[in-house]
Amino acid sequence: MTVINSVICPICGCLCDDIEVTVEDNKIVKMKNGCAVCESKMVHGYNDEERLLTPMIRKNGELAPATMDEAVHKAAQILTDAKYPLLFGWSSSTCEAQRVGVELAEELGAALDNTCSICHGPSVMATQEIGIPTCTLGQIRHRADLIIYWACDPWSAHPRHVERYTAFTEGRFEKSEWKDYLEKVKGASSRKKVEAASRRILNRYQPPPRPETCTVNAPPQSFLKYGRKMIVVDVRKTMTAEAADYFIQVQPNKDYEVLNALRCLVVDQELDVDTVGGVPVEYLKEVADAMVNCEFGVIFFGLGLTQSAGRFRNIEDAIALTRDLNRKTKFVIMPMRGHFNVTGSNVVFAWSTGYPYAIDFSQGYPQYNPGEFTTIDLLKRGDNDATLVISSDPGAHFPKPAVQNMVKHPLIVIDPHMNCTSMLGDVVFPTQWCGIECEGTAYRMDHVPIMLRKVVEPPPCILNDEEILRRILEEVRVIKAQKAKAEIEETCK
Amino acid sequence: MTELLIKNGFVFDPINGIDGEKMDIAIKNGKIVEKATRRAKVIDASGLTVMPGGVDIHTHVAGTEVNTARIIRPEDHVKDVERKTAITRAGTGYSIPSTFTTGYRYSRMGYTTIMNPSMPPLEAKHTHEELNDIPLVDKATYPLLGDWWFVLENLSKGDIEACARHVAWMLDTTKGYAIKIVNPGGLESWGFGHNVHSIDDQVPNFCITPREIIRGLAKVNKLLNLPHTIHLHTNNLGLPGNYKTTLDTMKAFEDLYTDGKPVAHITHIQFSSFGGDSWGNMRSGAEEIASYINAHRHITCDMGQVIFTDTTTMTADGPFEFTLYELSGHKWVNGDVETETSGGIIPFHYKRNNAVNATQWSIALELALLIEDPWKIFLTTDHPNGGPFFAYPRILAWLYSKKARMATLHRCHKKAQKKSLLLSIDRELSLYELAIMTRAGQAKALGLKHKGHLGVGADADVAIYNINPETMDIASRYKTARRAFKHAAYTIKDGKIVVKDGKVVAYADGRTMWLDVETKEPCVIDEEMKRKFREYWTVEYDNYPVFDHYLKVPEKLTIKATV
Repeated sequence: MTVINSVICPICGCLCDDIEVTVEDNKIVKMKNGCAVCESKMVHGYNDEERLLTPMIRKNGELAPATMDEAVHKAAQILTDAKYPLLFGWSSSTCEAQRVGVELAEELGAALDNTCSICHGPSVMATQEIGIPTCTLGQIRHRADLIIYWACDPWSAHPRHVERYTAFTEGRFEKSEWKDYLEKVKGASSRKKVEAASRRILNRYQPPPRPETCTVNAPPQSFLKYGRKMIVVDVRKTMTAEAADYFIQVQPNKDYEVLNALRCLVVDQELDVDTVGGVPVEYLKEVADAMVNCEFGVIFFGLGLTQSAGRFRNIEDAIALTRDLNRKTKFVIMPMRGHFNVTGSNVVFAWSTGYPYAIDFSQGYPQYNPGEFTTIDLLKRGDNDATLVISSDPGAHFPKPAVQNMVKHPLIVIDPHMNCTSMLGDVVFPTQWCGIECEGTAYRMDHVPIMLRKVVEPPPCILNDEEILRRILEEVRVIKAQKAKAEIEETCK
Repeated sequence: MTELLIKNGFVFDPINGIDGEKMDIAIKNGKIVEKATRRAKVIDASGLTVMPGGVDIHTHVAGTEVNTARIIRPEDHVKDVERKTAITRAGTGYSIPSTFTTGYRYSRMGYTTIMNPSMPPLEAKHTHEELNDIPLVDKATYPLLGDWWFVLENLSKGDIEACARHVAWMLDTTKGYAIKIVNPGGLESWGFGHNVHSIDDQVPNFCITPREIIRGLAKVNKLLNLPHTIHLHTNNLGLPGNYKTTLDTMKAFEDLYTDGKPVAHITHIQFSSFGGDSWGNMRSGAEEIASYINAHRHITCDMGQVIFTDTTTMTADGPFEFTLYELSGHKWVNGDVETETSGGIIPFHYKRNNAVNATQWSIALELALLIEDPWKIFLTTDHPNGGPFFAYPRILAWLYSKKARMATLHRCHKKAQKKSLLLSIDRELSLYELAIMTRAGQAKALGLKHKGHLGVGADADVAIYNINPETMDIASRYKTARRAFKHAAYTIKDGKIVVKDGKVVAYADGRTMWLDVETKEPCVIDEEMKRKFREYWTVEYDNYPVFDHYLKVPEKLTIKATV
C-alpha cells in the first residue's frame, strides 16, 4: 500500500493539486482532500466495466477487436483518404497530445477544434473584442473582498472552487468566511424552525413583503459588513446561492440587461425604470456600491452567460463592467472553465497556430473563423468527410443533424471508455487516463500549468493519447509518401 | 557531424578584435576550430560579410503574456501567414508570431540566440513548453523576481544572504537565466490597483522601497556570481519626465561598481528616457541619459526602438498597461500572478504623424548614437513592444546611414522633427560597431562565453550576409544592405546550415540554457517553508518546479556562488 501526495485531480478546471491517494495492488483504494466528483472518478469511475481494453475496428457493421497496428493503419488510411477531416475534442487530454494533434491537423490539411467551441468559445470571442482583466486564483485568495459568481454554480460543478480559491480560503490580506457560512446555515435552519413553530402555534405568520414584479430579496444587513462578501447571480437558487451573502435571481436571458444596468450605476447614471431583468434597481444600486467600494473584486462567470441569449455580447458587457470598475478600484473577471485542460488546448493551439480554436489548415496555413470552422457548424453543413474525436463525447451531446452528418463518414474515436461516440465509431482506440495512468501537462482555468501525475499503471498494451496520435501521424506520413510515389509513377507512364 | 569551412569572408568578430579581415572560419562538431580537414564542406564567402550569430538580449517570444496576446489578436495574424513546407511548420505572424514562425524568422536574419525576458515563475512551465517549440535558435528566459514576496520579505529584513539563497533556488526551480525586475514595488502595489511613482516610495504592506529592492537584488546578483547583471525595467516607465527616475535608478547602483563588471542592465531604455512633464510637452531625455551612461561604467542598456507599425505591447508592468489602456481605450488584458508579479497587454499602433510616437522613435536612435561605446547599448525593439523583431534590419539602416534616418525623420510629425536631436548627429555606425550592438556586446553582457564571437572553441553559430565592405558603402546604399540583413546568405547553427539565401533549409532544435547556482548552503525547504508555500501559492510545493520533462534540449550552466 502506498500513499501518494500532491496528486492532481484531472476532472475540472480547478486542477486541485493537494489530493492524497492511497494505492493498493495498482488500484486507487482511498482518496483524501478531493471533492465528491474527484472521488467518484478517481476511486470508482476510471476503471469500471465500461473501460475499453483493446482497439476495435468496425467490420460488417459490428465493432470487432483488432491489433494496435491494424487500428493505426486503418485510422491513418481513413484520414489520408478524406479530403477534409475534422479533429475534435482535446479538452480532457494532455498538452503533449494536443501538440501532436496540431501537427497531425497540419499534415492532413484538416479542421481542428476543441470543446471550447461549445462552452467558453463566446468568452474567447469576447476577449478578442475587448481584452480581459484577470489574474491567477491565488491573487483572489489573498486579496479579493468581493466575489461574484455570475451564471455558474461552483458548488456543484467546481466543488472546491470556493473552498480553495475564493471566499472560504485564508489569504494574506483577507480572512476566510467559512465560520460566517456555518453560522449562516445554523441561523437559517433555526429561523426555519421558529417560523414553522410560529405558523403552527400562532398561525399568524406572514412572509416579509416583496415587490410584486420580482422574486429577489433586498440585500441583507450582513451585506454591508467589513471583509469578504459573496454574491451569486443566477436564474435559479443554486447551492452556491445558499452559501452566498446575497443572491440575485435574474429572469432567464436577461443577464445582458442587468450587466448594462450595473455599468450605468457604477458611473452614477440614473435609470428610468424600476426593475431590470426582474431585479429592482434600488437593489442593483446597492450591488453597484459594493462593487465600487471593495478593495479587490472578482466576477466568475459560467455557461449561463456564454450560452444564453446574447452569447459573447454578454461576456463583452461583463468585461466592460470590469474595465469600468478598474477606474475606481481593482476588479478582475475570470471564466469558470469546465474540463481540466480546456484552457490548455486553447493555449497549445494558440502558440502553434496563433488561434485558440476553430482552426482550419485546408490552405496549408492556419485560418480562424468561429461559425465556419467550429465543430457543430461544420458538422451541420456536412463539410467534413471524416472525423477524429479524442477525449470527448459529441455523440451524446451534439444536436441530431450534426451527429447524423458525423456518422455518415468514417469516425475515429480515442477514449478510455465505451461512450456514445465510441459506439458509433469505425475505429476505436482505448487510451490511458490522463492524470491517473499517465503524466502530462494541464492548464488550470487561470492559465497556470500543472504537471499531472501518474498514480497507477495502465492496463496492459494500452498507449496514451500522445503515443497513439504520434503513431497515426507517422503512418499518415508513410501513406502520403506512398501515394505521392504512386502518382509520380503514374505520370511517368 | 559534418565539417564546414567558410572561406575568404570579411570577418567581423569584435570580441577577438577582428574588424573586416579576410579570413577562413573552420567548424567541426558544432564548434569553431583552428583548422578544417580536407573533407570539410566549403562555403565560398568571398565578397560576403561573416559575423557571429546574432544575439537578442530582450525579446518577448514565449510565455503566458505572449500567448494571451496571440489569443486576443486574430486580426494580427490574418494579414501574415506562413505556409507549411516539407521542412517548416505552418504558422502566423505578425507582431506576435506563432512559436515555429518566430524561430524561422529569427534565423532568416542570422540570429541564433534569443532571450525571453519575462517569465512569471508560477507559469514557468508554459514558457519552457513554448521555448521548446521555437526551433533554430538557442534561448533562455529570465524569471520575474522583483516583486516576489520572498524577496520583499527578506530584503525588508535586510537579510541579503537568505534572499540570495531563495533566488538561487528559484533560478534552479524555474530553469531561469537572470534576475528580471519590472517596476520594482509597483507590481505588488498593483495587486490593489496602486503604483509607486519614484524609487523612494513605500511599497504598501511590505515596508520597503524600490531603491532597496533593486540595490538588494543587485547585491544578490553579485553574491551569486550570475553571468548577467540584474535586468531592470525601471519605475515610471512610459511616462513623461521619467528620465529623472531612470537617472535616480542608475545613480543608486554607483557604489556597487567595484570589480569592473557592470551592475545593472536597463532594458528598453527608450521607454525610460522621456523628458517634459506631460504628453503635451513630452520631449527626448536622451541627452541626459546618454551623458550619464557615457560618464559611468556600471550600466548597460538596450534600445527598445519604436517601429511605425501596428504592434502589441506586453509587459509585466500591469499599472503601465492600464495607463496605456486609459490613453488608447483599446482592448486591455491584465494578468496578475499571485505573490510574484503582474502583467498586461494592449495592442498599439505607433504612428509617424503622432508627436509622441515620433519622439519615441527619435529617442532610441539618439541614445544609440549618443552613447559612444557600443558595448553599452544594444539593438532591440523590446519585441513586440516597440515593434516586431523582424524590423531589426530597418533599425540597422537608421544606425549605419544618416540618409536612411533622415528619410524617415522627414516623414515624421513636424513637432517631433523640430525637437529631434537626430538632425545634429552625423555618426554612422560601422559594420564592426553593428556587430557589437547585435551580437558581441549582447553576448558579453549576458556572460555567454561561447557565443557572440568566432574564436576557437566558440559555438559554431555564424551569420553570413551578402555585403561586400570593400566595394559597397552601406551608408549610401542603405537599402541594399538592409535587404542583406533581412535575408542572411547563410545562417549556421551549431555547425549546421539552417538558412540559405533567406530560406530555411534544415531543421534544428535550439538549446535552452539555464543556471544551476551552487550556493555554499542550499536553500532549506523545510516543513515551515512548505507551509508558507501552501499559504502563498495555490500550487503545492511538489508541483511547482519545472521538471526536466519541460526542457527538450537543456544546457545547464553551473555557477559557483560566494554565499
